[in-house]
Amino acid sequence: MAAAAIDAGVYAELQATAGADFVRELVDTFLEEAPPMLAELGEALAAGSAEPFRRAAHSLKSNASTFGALALAATARDLELQGLAAATPAGLAALKAQYDAAAVELKALRDA
Amino acid sequence: MPETNHAPARLLVADDNKVNRLLLTRSLELQGHTVASAPNGRVALEMLRGGAFDLLLLDMEMPEMNGFEVLEQLAADRALRDLPVIVTSSLEGLGNVVRCIELGAEDYLAKPVNAVLLKARIGASLEKKRLRDQQKELVRRFATPEVAQDLQQSGFSLAGRRVRGSVMFCDIRNFTALVESQPPEETIELLNTFYTLMFDAISGNGGVVNQMIGDGLMAIFGAPLPLADHAGAAVRAALEMIELIDLLGSERADAGRAPIRIGIGVATGEMVAGYTGTQARATYTCIGDTVNLAARLEAHTKVALRAILVDAETCAELGDRIAMERLGAVAFRGKALPVEVFAVACGVPAADAAGS
Repeated sequence: MAAAAIDAGVYAELQATAGADFVRELVDTFLEEAPPMLAELGEALAAGSAEPFRRAAHSLKSNASTFGALALAATARDLELQGLAAATPAGLAALKAQYDAAAVELKALRDA
Repeated sequence: MPETNHAPARLLVADDNKVNRLLLTRSLELQGHTVASAPNGRVALEMLRGGAFDLLLLDMEMPEMNGFEVLEQLAADRALRDLPVIVTSSLEGLGNVVRCIELGAEDYLAKPVNAVLLKARIGASLEKKRLRDQQKELVRRFATPEVAQDLQQSGFSLAGRRVRGSVMFCDIRNFTALVESQPPEETIELLNTFYTLMFDAISGNGGVVNQMIGDGLMAIFGAPLPLADHAGAAVRAALEMIELIDLLGSERADAGRAPIRIGIGVATGEMVAGYTGTQARATYTCIGDTVNLAARLEAHTKVALRAILVDAETCAELGDRIAMERLGAVAFRGKALPVEVFAVACGVPAADAAGS
């Protein structure tokens, strides 16, 4: 079985400090905010805009680590640090796949 | 139940990322604070300028105006320069952290922000702000508005520093006899009038009253802010004080009350100036030989039968601007060598010799 996309410990701690109801709302916010960030990455890559690319990767990294989406956070961090020059459409596709996996688990946790 | 070690504060969260903004706001509200939020630096600055906030939690990566620009703007704004700022960011690189601190941020917390750390840092920052506010209030109360404002503009440190200045001690002669001769209400009224007049003369000449001791006071000329002609300012203040007390004496005489006289001692030289006290109660003061000498000179006015006595340095700095009478060397308690004492000529009769 593949490793969980969401680290249970991080998520539990988030619930403990912020409250379970609040975290449910926060998950919804993330699920609304993340797809535009992914789209921004794709557009910035296509347009060759380094700064918007780095900023979008930075935001995604920050939010992913909040929810314990550690693999997603690590990939986003690599994109932020290595920048546009090292990015490829395939890399972004891998990031998108990690997000999709994280989103599925987050929804399950939210509705648990 | 939210638990707080500190009184609730009004906080502003500036973060362009909605998840971060909501989560930080939530954590702070759970700690009992009142929280407002801004989606970028520009809006944050507008809100800070429009309302009283105790602390800013600032993200660095923001559109329109980023955190670095906000820190720069805050440092340039006199009303906001003392606002504590805690940077919350997932910026990579130690260089960025250093840059934030150099720009005046109080602290730096990496995202995701740990709730326990957040609470501790906010508590520490608010405590520091409270202490600074207290000091400002203290300076405001004891100094002229100009001095207080200059101090706030230039910033001032808690550590003692060596300064050259002039120190003045002043008290009311025969105060004990006065107290016994009149109802307590009249004594309080007299003291209030006395302090009002003395504060006026001292701050009018650039001095700062830093201590009120019973029927007397201590004033500093040349600290916390440098004063060009501090010895001259102190002596001019002393002459005005004698004049004002003389006027007060005439009024009292018309009302059938006992006259009032004061003695003043001024010494000039190096001293260590700074805040002394505890976190809860601090006083700006100066210590050193110059201060002791000024106190001895003031006490000696009773013996010398002169209203204003000064030391050799004060006399030398005044040159021949004001007439001085050389009284010779006097051996003071606590002084190894006799000290040259000078009396400032003033049109008012010498201080009453009857002792106090």
